[in-house]
Amino acid sequence: MNAPTYNFAYLDEQTKRMIRRAILKAIAIPGYQVPFASREMPMPYGWGTGGVQVTAAILGRDDVLKVIDQGSDDTTNAISIRKFFAKTAGVATTTNTTDATVIQTRHRIPEGALHAGQVLVYQVPIPEPLRFLEPRETETRRMHALGEYGLMHVKLYEDIARFGHIATAYAYPVKVNARYVMDPSPTPKFDNPKMDNCAALQLFGAGREKRIYAIPPHTSVVSLDFEDHPFTRYRFDAPCALCGAGDSYLDEIVTDDKGSRMFVCSDTDYCETRQSQGHRGSESAAPHKERAHG
Amino acid sequence: MAETKMAETGNGDSDQPLLTAEGLGKSYGHLMACRDVSFALYPGEVLAIVGESGSGKSTLLQLLSAQLTPSAGSVSYRMRDGVMRDLAALGEAERRFLFRTDWGYVHQDPAMGLRMAVSAGANVGERLMAVGWNHYGRIRDTASSWLERVEIDTGRIDDAPRTYSGGMRQRLQIARNLVTEPRLVFMDEPTGGLDVSVQARLLDLMRNLVSELGLAAIVVTHDLAVARLLSHRVMVMKGGRVIETGLTDQVLDDPCEPYTQLLVSSILPA
Repeated sequence: MNAPTYNFAYLDEQTKRMIRRAILKAIAIPGYQVPFASREMPMPYGWGTGGVQVTAAILGRDDVLKVIDQGSDDTTNAISIRKFFAKTAGVATTTNTTDATVIQTRHRIPEGALHAGQVLVYQVPIPEPLRFLEPRETETRRMHALGEYGLMHVKLYEDIARFGHIATAYAYPVKVNARYVMDPSPTPKFDNPKMDNCAALQLFGAGREKRIYAIPPHTSVVSLDFEDHPFTRYRFDAPCALCGAGDSYLDEIVTDDKGSRMFVCSDTDYCETRQSQGHRGSESAAPHKERAHG
Repeated sequence: MAETKMAETGNGDSDQPLLTAEGLGKSYGHLMACRDVSFALYPGEVLAIVGESGSGKSTLLQLLSAQLTPSAGSVSYRMRDGVMRDLAALGEAERRFLFRTDWGYVHQDPAMGLRMAVSAGANVGERLMAVGWNHYGRIRDTASSWLERVEIDTGRIDDAPRTYSGGMRQRLQIARNLVTEPRLVFMDEPTGGLDVSVQARLLDLMRNLVSELGLAAIVVTHDLAVARLLSHRVMVMKGGRVIETGLTDQVLDDPCEPYTQLLVSSILPA
C-alpha cells in the first residue's frame, strides 16, 4: 500500500489547535474578524478553503457532516468537500439537515430551523464588509475598533439613490450583538433573518483572506437599513415547481432555449423532504408516469 | 488687539479662544520643520498662514489638526461643552469624532477629501450617517440643501464627483465638511490648481459661508490674494518660524520684516 496516510480530517493537530484558538476567540467576540494562519488546502481558493479548515478543526469522529453549495447537496463543490472528509476523517455524511451535526455551506442557510448542538460553517470569500468602500485594511480595522460604521450606510444610501430601494441582494451587512458590522458571506438577504437568535453556532472561515468570525447561538443579528427604507427579504413570488413550497428561497432554472424557466427550492433537502411527504408542484412528474415512459 | 476685533463675528463665548497653540514644534531628526509657534484663534476668526514652499505651513496645519504629534509644545481646543482640552491627551476615538463633527478639513486635492466613486449626495451625507442619522429622506434633503448653498446644481446629486469639474469638486468638498456645522475648518491651499475665475467664485463663496456660519478657519496658502480676501489675521512663516503676525491689511500693506516685504513685492501687478 503506497496510499498516503492523512491525519484525521487532513490537517495536523497543531494546525487544528491554532484554528480552534481563533474560533474560540471569534465566539468570544461575536462578529469580530480573527486573523489566523490559513493553510494551503488541496483545492483552489474560492472553493471553500476557509470553510474546510474550520470544519477540519471542529470535526470529531462521531460527527455527521452535511455539505451544501447554493442550498444543494449534489453540486460539484458540495460533493467533493463531502467526499474529502469522508476519506480523510471517515466521518458519517448525510444530506439531511436535521441529522447533521456539522453543516458546511456556501451561499445558503438551510430552510428548516437549525437546532442546538449543530454548527453551521460558512465559506467566505471576502470577510470585510467595508472592503469596497474603504480599500485600506489598516483603516477598516480601526473603523471596526472604534465602531465607526457610517460608511456602511453610504453603500445603502447609494443603492436607494440609484435604484430607489436597497438593491443589495446578497452579502447584506448585519450588525452582530449590537457591536460589530459583519458580512454574512454571499448568502441571499432572504437568509439574514435566520441568523438572528439562531440556536446553532455559526462559524465563518475565509481561507484566502485568513479570517475567522462567528455568531454564537442566540445572538442578535440585525440587518442594517434606514428608518424610511427598512430591510426587506426578497423572494421570487411563485411556489416551488417541484414541491409547491411558498416560503422557500427559489432557484431559477432555464428549461429550454425558448425562454421557458421554472422556479424550484434552492435547498434540495427541504424540497425532497416535502416531496416525500406528498407535496406536489406544477412540474412534479408523477412516479408512475415516468415508469410508463421507460 | 486683533483678537478682540475679530471676536465680534464669532458665535457664543467669543471672548475665549477656540484653539491655542503653545511653543509648537516638529522636528524630523535634526531638521526642524516647524518651531516655537504660539497663537490663539478665536471663534469666527479666519487666520491665514502664508509662506513659501518648505516654510513649514503644512506641517503646522497638520500639527494643529492633530494629524501629527508635536515634538514640542501643545495644542488645546475648546470642545462643544466649553472645556479646553489638550489634543495630545484625547483618545483616538475622541479625536476622530472631533474630526468628523466639529472640524472640517479641506484638502488642496479634492480627491483626497472626497469619495470619488460614490455620489455627491452620499459624499455630503456620510458625516451625517457617521453621527447616527438613519433616515434616508432627511439625509438626502440636507445634502441637497447643502449642494444649493455651494452652488452645485441639485440635479447632479446622484453623480459621482469624478464627473465634476475641479471647481465643483472643491465646492462639494466644502459642503461635505460643513454639513455637520463644524466650528473650525482647516484649509490647505483650497484654491490651488483652479483657474482664476473659478478661484474668485470659490473665494467669494467661502467668504460668505464663513461669515454666515460664524466659522473659525485656518487657511494655509502661498497666495497672498487668498489671504487678503478671506482672512482677518495673517501669520508669515519662513524656515519653520513665524516671522510676522498681525491684521491682514496691516501685514500685507505695511510689512515690517524684509522677507514679508519681498513676498508682498513679488506679486505680479494685475
